[in-house]
Amino acid sequence: MSLKQFIQELRERKEIAKSGGGEKAMQKQKAMGKLTARQRITSILDTDSFQEYDMFVEHAARDFDMEKKTLHGDGVIIGTGTIYGAPICIYAQDFTVAGGSLGLMHSRKICKIMDHALKMRVPLIGINDSGGARIQEGVNSLAGYGEIFFRNTMASGVIPQISVILGPCAGGAVYSPALTDFVFVVDNISKMFITGPSVIKTVLGEDYTMEEVGGAKVHCEISGNAHFYAESEKECFDQIKKLISYIPRNNQIRSKTIEPKNPTLKKKIESIVPGDPKLPYDMRELICSVADNSEFFEVMEHFAANIIIGFGRMKGETVGFVANQPMVLAGVLDCDSSDKAARFIRFCDSFQIPLITLEDMPGYLPGIDQEHMGVIRHGAKVLYSYCEATVPKITVIIRKAYGGGYIAMNSRHMRADFVFAWPTAEIAVMGPEGAANIVFKKEIESAVDPEAMRQSKIQEYKEKFANPYVAAAKGYVDEVIEPSETRSRLLHALEVSRDKVAYRPEKKHGIPPF
Amino acid sequence: MKNEELETFRVYIAEYKTKLTNKFRTRKKWTPPNKNHVLAVIPGTILDVLVKEKQKVAEGETILILEAMKMANRITMPFNGVISKIHVEKGDIVPKNHIMIELK
Repeated sequence: MSLKQFIQELRERKEIAKSGGGEKAMQKQKAMGKLTARQRITSILDTDSFQEYDMFVEHAARDFDMEKKTLHGDGVIIGTGTIYGAPICIYAQDFTVAGGSLGLMHSRKICKIMDHALKMRVPLIGINDSGGARIQEGVNSLAGYGEIFFRNTMASGVIPQISVILGPCAGGAVYSPALTDFVFVVDNISKMFITGPSVIKTVLGEDYTMEEVGGAKVHCEISGNAHFYAESEKECFDQIKKLISYIPRNNQIRSKTIEPKNPTLKKKIESIVPGDPKLPYDMRELICSVADNSEFFEVMEHFAANIIIGFGRMKGETVGFVANQPMVLAGVLDCDSSDKAARFIRFCDSFQIPLITLEDMPGYLPGIDQEHMGVIRHGAKVLYSYCEATVPKITVIIRKAYGGGYIAMNSRHMRADFVFAWPTAEIAVMGPEGAANIVFKKEIESAVDPEAMRQSKIQEYKEKFANPYVAAAKGYVDEVIEPSETRSRLLHALEVSRDKVAYRPEKKHGIPPF
Repeated sequence: MKNEELETFRVYIAEYKTKLTNKFRTRKKWTPPNKNHVLAVIPGTILDVLVKEKQKVAEGETILILEAMKMANRITMPFNGVISKIHVEKGDIVPKNHIMIELK
């Protein structure tokens, strides 16, 4: 046989392997509005950068006549490539091959690329499109999931891990995405749940659609399991690429720096925020007024919108923004917003991304439902993650900073490196109305006109305490600044914190209030 | 931004103008539990009802069996009392927090 013939045979074998579940299955995938696994990988990665491995892997099922079946690549594609020239490890489950079901070899392929990602310190992207465990392979299939979860956990905080849900992701399979840093979903395509509609129907006799139980909107708005929502796979891939551009390759290096650009927002920063602390404004505008090129890449936009998290750049370098949103629920902290902020803070801290906190919050959301849901332990997560974070941490208090919320939102006491306050800041144990009622209870009750007395006492308290100067007098606030100085102050603070060193006691790991 | 979209939202004593989230708007109002109601703590199927209405039952006795998660759970009488009303029968599928039996 000539060398040419050998090469010819290899090419034929590759062609067959690439056919996945066959033409019919591919058409079916397309009819569902979904791209094929290979198309997905090549759409995310730089053109022609994808290198595939383990194309000839065969499945290990030996029961129920499975040994007679061929499952090309065992239903998953793994490989490496680049995004904007930076290396990436990637895998994509191929729904056309046995429904993308996870068997022993399928999981070994995923584990192989995960091991590569961790060893080479490059980000991992996993595209999930699978019917679940391959039942014919029994416990081997469960073992496969377990091995993946272990690797997800080991890689956590070392390399960024991204999960993309582009099809069903059900039962135990959901826990790999849940262990990763960012989960991307697409409307009408992503379906994620522990127990699907059929199980709910059997157990409860209740009818729900897959969308209602675990569609993209559910996970973006209600459950908080997903971080990015897209209308189409293309939009989703653009979001992934954008995210990759903001975050570093691993925890040992910093994010790529790009050319610095001044904010482009025309609106003056002073005109964004109303002087009356009871009137709302869109905090995102404020972020855009300080960030490079007025660009802000929001994370979890639709979940717990009373807090805003996301990435921007300052002088070309990535920073993480955490900001209360007075426009939604007055910007209160509650269970969901605490979870949302805490996890983001830990991500930024793990990956050397400085944190900028913009504060305008009236406190924790009052209510028996919040108390019963555990706002104490959820709220504690924010404190914990700010306290343990050693990246540069800068806070700007815009208006309200009341009570426990003042402490939690990266105050001096949580070891903020710089705390600035606008002259509009109100740093106090509670709002003037509440405080006056307690402090001047007797005076108000015994007054001839209690309401007039109340109003005058509110005013008195306001003048005394609802300002930034009491905190500044104690050095809790480093400087009261004019709004227009905000960006330049932040830029300088970041610059002088570049080589920050902060020590924490040696330990195996802390015990955050999960 | 139009002020019409905003709602008044009270945090402690102060009232703020803000938007509400759907999740907040649709949250369930909490009501104190009624100790005379025997609720399904887990969704499942009624395997057997062991008591009748008006029957006197002592604390700790099994009053019905609720199968859930492949387990036959014995539901016991929480205190010495009388069965005032039975809302389920054998074979019924009940959701979580369904009132199965009322006591006196």
